[in-house]
Amino acid sequence: MAIRPAIVGVGQTYHRSKRPDVNIGELCTEAVRAALEDAKLPPEKIGAFVVGNMELFEGRYMQDMWQTDFVGAVGKPLIRVTTGGTTGGTLASVAFEHVASGMFDLVMAVGFEKQSEGDTRAGLKTVADPLWNRWQTTGAIGYFARVATFYIKETGAPEDAGSRVRLRLARHAARNPHAHLRMDLESVDQVMKFPYLIPPLRQSDMCPASEGACAIIVASEETARKLPRKPVWVDDWTSVHKEMVYVRGGRHSTADLEMAADRLFRRNGIREPMKDISVAEIYAPATWAELEWLEAYGFCEKGDAWKLEEKGQFHFDGPFPVNPSGGVVCTNPIGATGLIRVAECALQLRGDAGEHQITRKPTRGFSTAWGGSGWTVAHLLSADGL
Amino acid sequence: MASGEAFVVEGKLRVPYDNWYGTLASAFFRELRDHGKIRGIRCPACEKVYMPPRSVCPRCLGTLSVWVDLPPTGTLQTFTVVHYDYGQYYQPMKPPYLLGIIRLDGADTGLCHLLGECHLLGEVEQQELAPGLRVEARFREDRKGNILDIVYFRPIR
Ligand SMILES: [Zn+2]
Repeated sequence: MAIRPAIVGVGQTYHRSKRPDVNIGELCTEAVRAALEDAKLPPEKIGAFVVGNMELFEGRYMQDMWQTDFVGAVGKPLIRVTTGGTTGGTLASVAFEHVASGMFDLVMAVGFEKQSEGDTRAGLKTVADPLWNRWQTTGAIGYFARVATFYIKETGAPEDAGSRVRLRLARHAARNPHAHLRMDLESVDQVMKFPYLIPPLRQSDMCPASEGACAIIVASEETARKLPRKPVWVDDWTSVHKEMVYVRGGRHSTADLEMAADRLFRRNGIREPMKDISVAEIYAPATWAELEWLEAYGFCEKGDAWKLEEKGQFHFDGPFPVNPSGGVVCTNPIGATGLIRVAECALQLRGDAGEHQITRKPTRGFSTAWGGSGWTVAHLLSADGL
Repeated sequence: MASGEAFVVEGKLRVPYDNWYGTLASAFFRELRDHGKIRGIRCPACEKVYMPPRSVCPRCLGTLSVWVDLPPTGTLQTFTVVHYDYGQYYQPMKPPYLLGIIRLDGADTGLCHLLGECHLLGEVEQQELAPGLRVEARFREDRKGNILDIVYFRPIR
């Protein structure tokens, strides 16, 4: 019988495009200290560490060699996890598994990215097949231009559907002191003035390149009940990787998103996701992906997300809040991004999200991480006393 | 392959990087560059002086801010000879060269650096090189703000 894990502390840095005041280790320390402070725990209590970021993005392999000293892990078990875009989500999953296994009582997961220090494009370029497709690719931009194209074609969504998502997320980010992009946007027309990257995808539809770090502390049920913070229970988690050929003609697949959500919902008796889940923090690096993926997760019927967006259903104070933090299109320190989704969900379920706290009663939270080649990591969390 | 012809995709990745020193290391290198001074940093809780200095104590995770002026002199703790040629972009000079770990007077941790004017240059015999040898830093004239502003450590005559 596995031990039930709980999130007992979360911390994150503020996020910017450049942090010249700190090196990579120091950036991680900021998040680690924030999480320890949140959990009211001294560093020596942590039994094991899970750390990660994107491979090579800062011109370094094996970042753990540097991170160890700066997260308080000297002489303790530490493992590095790097699963591409899903890294932050996998960090949380591995920390949950460390606790569920009974091997460790208190585990910390730390993710970061410091994108100004390297060339993100160089890393992403290598994803594509060198023989046929590498020369054609434009990293995430090309992929999400395709998502937008198909979304419009298949659902009849208007060309401003993505801009409405940006408008909502900009309003959310304005309330979140940790968010990176704080665009002062008033109307959809204003968003529609941003230039195209690859039509119909506009600059305003994509995430920024951020620097920042996030840490969470996971405890066993027994320990969690003794700690000061209201524990956030980790009910379930999964990882689905449906490898697809990168850049070929035809439609991209959403099978990973569908399978991951379906598995969690079925295993946990969730029949009406929008009713049973009160907040979603999903890893969507583009506005259009948020619409397509809410449908793929099964929150609404195919073709309905853009209509619900128009009705304001996804606002933080609406009936089904999506990315009340401002989401990934406002803040994307890649190796931390998936972990921030978990941390933000936990804050919402504790009722500690401050200005961007959802108004709906927080009961269950759904967080995801996503990475290229069709990889989804998903977590189901619940509030104490549910 | 029947024709004996094998195709390869020839490619080259550009991997530029700019790793920020951070505020604390920047202060260290500014002092080294502008004044030729080496400073360690003390953790009051652990009663350790770290050299190289660091902003976070790896033992207690405390913030470190108490600078300690260190002399350019210290003790050789151990050393090795590098014969392997790893390529011109990755090594400070053409091998062979000597690397040692030097504990500066007043520091609790060792700094890895080059040993110069030793047996390879004919000034010191191999048997003279041993843990405990007293050494001093030789600084560059045109310092740039990196660790090679110390050219090497050499035996104190
Ligand atoms: Zn200390």
